[in-house]
Amino acid sequence: MTAILELREVSVEFPTRRGTLKALNEVSFSIAAGEVVGVVGESGAGKSLTGAAIIGLLEPPGRISKGEIFLSGRRIDHLSDEEMRPIRGKEIGAIFQDPLTSLNPLYTVGHQLAETIVTHLPMTWSQARSRAIELLESTGIPAARERIDHYPHQFSGGMRQRVVIALALAAEPKLIVADEPTTALDVSIQAQIIELLKKLCREQGAAVMLITHDMGVIAETADRVVVMYAGRVAELGNVRDVIHSPSHPYTVGLMGSIPSVHQHVERLVQIDGTMPRLNAIPAGCAFNPRCPQVMSQCKVERPQLRQIGATRAACWLQKEKEHA
Amino acid sequence: MFVFILRRLIQAVGVMLAVALLAFILFQYVGDPVTIMLGQDATPAERDLLRTQLGLNEPVFVQFYHFIVNAVQGDFGLSLRQGQKVSVLIREKLPATLELSVAAALIALVVGLPLGVYTALRRNGRLSQALLAFSLLGVSLPTFLIGILLILVFSVYLGWLPSYGRGDTIRIGWWSTGLLTASGWQHLVLPAVTLSLFQVALVLRLVRSEMLEVLRTDYIKFARARGLTRRAIHFGHALKNTLVPVITIMGLQLGGIIAFAIVTETVFQWPGMGLLFIQAVQFADIPVMAAYLCLISFIFVLINLSVDLLYFAVDPRLRVGLGKSGGSH
Amino acid sequence: MLHTLAKFWDGDLAWSWRHHPVAMIATCMLLTMLIASFGAGWLAPYNPFDLASIELLDALKPPVWSAEGTRQYLLGTDSQGRDLLSALMYGTRVSLLIGLAAVVGAMTLGIVLGLIAGYAGGQLDALIMRVADVQLSFPAILIALLIDGVARAVVPGDMHEVIAFPVLVGAIALAGWPQYARTVRGSTLVEKNREYVQAARVIGISSPVIMFRHVLPNVLGPVLVLATVHLATAIITEATLSYLGVGVPPTSPSLGTLIRIGNDFLFSGEWWITIFPGAALVLLVLSVNLLGDWLRDALNPRLN
Repeated sequence: MTAILELREVSVEFPTRRGTLKALNEVSFSIAAGEVVGVVGESGAGKSLTGAAIIGLLEPPGRISKGEIFLSGRRIDHLSDEEMRPIRGKEIGAIFQDPLTSLNPLYTVGHQLAETIVTHLPMTWSQARSRAIELLESTGIPAARERIDHYPHQFSGGMRQRVVIALALAAEPKLIVADEPTTALDVSIQAQIIELLKKLCREQGAAVMLITHDMGVIAETADRVVVMYAGRVAELGNVRDVIHSPSHPYTVGLMGSIPSVHQHVERLVQIDGTMPRLNAIPAGCAFNPRCPQVMSQCKVERPQLRQIGATRAACWLQKEKEHA
Repeated sequence: MFVFILRRLIQAVGVMLAVALLAFILFQYVGDPVTIMLGQDATPAERDLLRTQLGLNEPVFVQFYHFIVNAVQGDFGLSLRQGQKVSVLIREKLPATLELSVAAALIALVVGLPLGVYTALRRNGRLSQALLAFSLLGVSLPTFLIGILLILVFSVYLGWLPSYGRGDTIRIGWWSTGLLTASGWQHLVLPAVTLSLFQVALVLRLVRSEMLEVLRTDYIKFARARGLTRRAIHFGHALKNTLVPVITIMGLQLGGIIAFAIVTETVFQWPGMGLLFIQAVQFADIPVMAAYLCLISFIFVLINLSVDLLYFAVDPRLRVGLGKSGGSH
Repeated sequence: MLHTLAKFWDGDLAWSWRHHPVAMIATCMLLTMLIASFGAGWLAPYNPFDLASIELLDALKPPVWSAEGTRQYLLGTDSQGRDLLSALMYGTRVSLLIGLAAVVGAMTLGIVLGLIAGYAGGQLDALIMRVADVQLSFPAILIALLIDGVARAVVPGDMHEVIAFPVLVGAIALAGWPQYARTVRGSTLVEKNREYVQAARVIGISSPVIMFRHVLPNVLGPVLVLATVHLATAIITEATLSYLGVGVPPTSPSLGTLIRIGNDFLFSGEWWITIFPGAALVLLVLSVNLLGDWLRDALNPRLN
């Protein structure tokens, strides 16, 4: 099965006053049709940037300096804005973090839905309107027929995000990039929204790239997971493998820092130090200053992704274990 | 919503009362009204008679009350300089100023708005940079200087347009209009352009900066992520959201236009209220100054109220309570 | 002192300035005008107010590059034989002085009222802001005109010249304080809830000290940008008032007065009497505006 999305050695640079910052450094992973891939990492690790690069909405002066992005086998990273436009919405849908600011306060929800539908699908406005009502109903909004003429400020936070999901799925894309879709919502609704997203995507056969810093959400929802650190991929693999037998020391630290009702621990694991700023990324492996198992090689040469056990990780460590 | 209108109306009345008080103080205490009206050589008997007639012996509140009653009817006494009734003078000059102001406002809107949108959408183009430079010049040039320059070029050197007065006017009832004669239009061009230039530059920069703000918002980003056409994003979404804050500022600018008409009318000897006011200031003609103050305040208050109402009509977020709001999860 | 200067030169603001040719040009223009105007006493070729030095016979001479121009009067003379270049330099000084004084006045009043309103809150805040809002709905020039007109009516004729300057500066300053007050109040409201203010309160530092020593430095950024815009407006307002004849007294003409005097000669062909003061005014205001624009962009954290 061809991957619906494939990133090969994608690098994103930001030329600034004081030199060029490398925000993404040779990121590679793929997403198969219909699967849910979580992209996880701390703030500033480059998760959202990856999403933006895929949709082609990198804020200038940021640009893709290296690598390729393939959508269903077709290369899209070099396309102009006008060439990307028919792809956005129709083949890739996007969901952003804050549902309040994602919707234009001056237009009704119905207008914004119908507008999206009519742009991509051959329908009349009234047909689009009916379809919009269906979409709202499928996202669990009660009294959709009336609420379609309501303005965004008349919905609560959770409802708004359902509208956003409806908008993202309106043109039936095959891939959804969801950037922190539940972070701005109450904890009590987060699970509902994630469930909804998962269900609708499964029904439509759409793959999901779920960007979040919340490992719990990933554990519940994703099929595979990509762990990012300082603009690079640290580890990737099946969710179960990454969670239960991680190879990269960073991932180990991440998993250990999640409180669990089931395990009894004296203390949560804490990774010393903080993720380096973009202009101060150490040579070799970016994690080396904080790594409890650092070796001299880590400070010199940057490790590439290699199969280690059940997952693939960018680490020198396992190489020793293999020989041991 | 009605509560809102009521509150604003009360506020407006409050402001008007405060202004009236100011005008009243001017009237009563700046200079001696009796001397003003009778001159220096009046006998004490004549003065006393006038004092009683004017009600100057009554308590201040009563006087203020009379002042307000008169003011509402437009009676501000006699002009010191001209001897005529102030209300008559103002009525004569009002149409000239209004026609000039409206013409300038229209120019500002029709020229400034599209240019502002253009410079926001094509930020880095050469034409945009040129327009921006021009707009910076526009806000750096004082209105009177623009008038003088225009007169120099178009009247003195080229001789195309007149530089003085209003041309031929036609009376319709108590309104005298210059819009129905060719010479009226000719005379209107230079002053209207002069008055509007500052506003054009202002509107251009305002619309541009608002639109750039809007183009940075999340909902525009989301609209792009949904693959909406450029036209839908720029004109359907961005423009509409830009216009909402622009409306308020435009409304306030209308007040500025009427005020700056003072300068323009002086440069072009345009026989409007502004010229009247300046002559009153130079001459310390209190009644005219007070009347102008009240009239202008009234116009401003009216404009502000209208802008508030307009906001209501345009921004759905303000219409809380009219539709269903909130909702369960 | 030198060390602070060196640090400033290395900082972001100076970097931005060095990379903005427009800002550099504007600064040079402004500096030139500042030097020429405040050093007019030493630098001007003539003193146009010294009646003894004026040659009526030299009246209405055109600028030096014209047919009848002479090297003596580089920019020509006016109807009384006064050298225009010198008059320009003195006039610029008057315009600048009034503008700067008005800005300082408005800034002081606005900052004080804004701090009080933001810090004290409640009724006082509401009152101050209400007054500011109402005043803001009236154009500044109208307010300045009114104050000037009233002063003119109240004060007897022979005192007019003496009080003209303070009244003018006061009028323009009074017309301009609300903007500062609004901005400072907004920033104060934000800073009021910050920890350092609450800590200072706990220690027992009095309110005025907290307001001025601690909160004020943090709200100065936007005030500075506002001040440059306001300077341009103040200079234009003064020029307008002088042009209208209700500004500076004729004994110390500003650029606006010079323009008015020259206006009468436009139609008879002596264009330079109006145009040169006009050009000087435009250059002055333009350089202030350009600097203000650059400052606003440089201080805006988002554009980094």
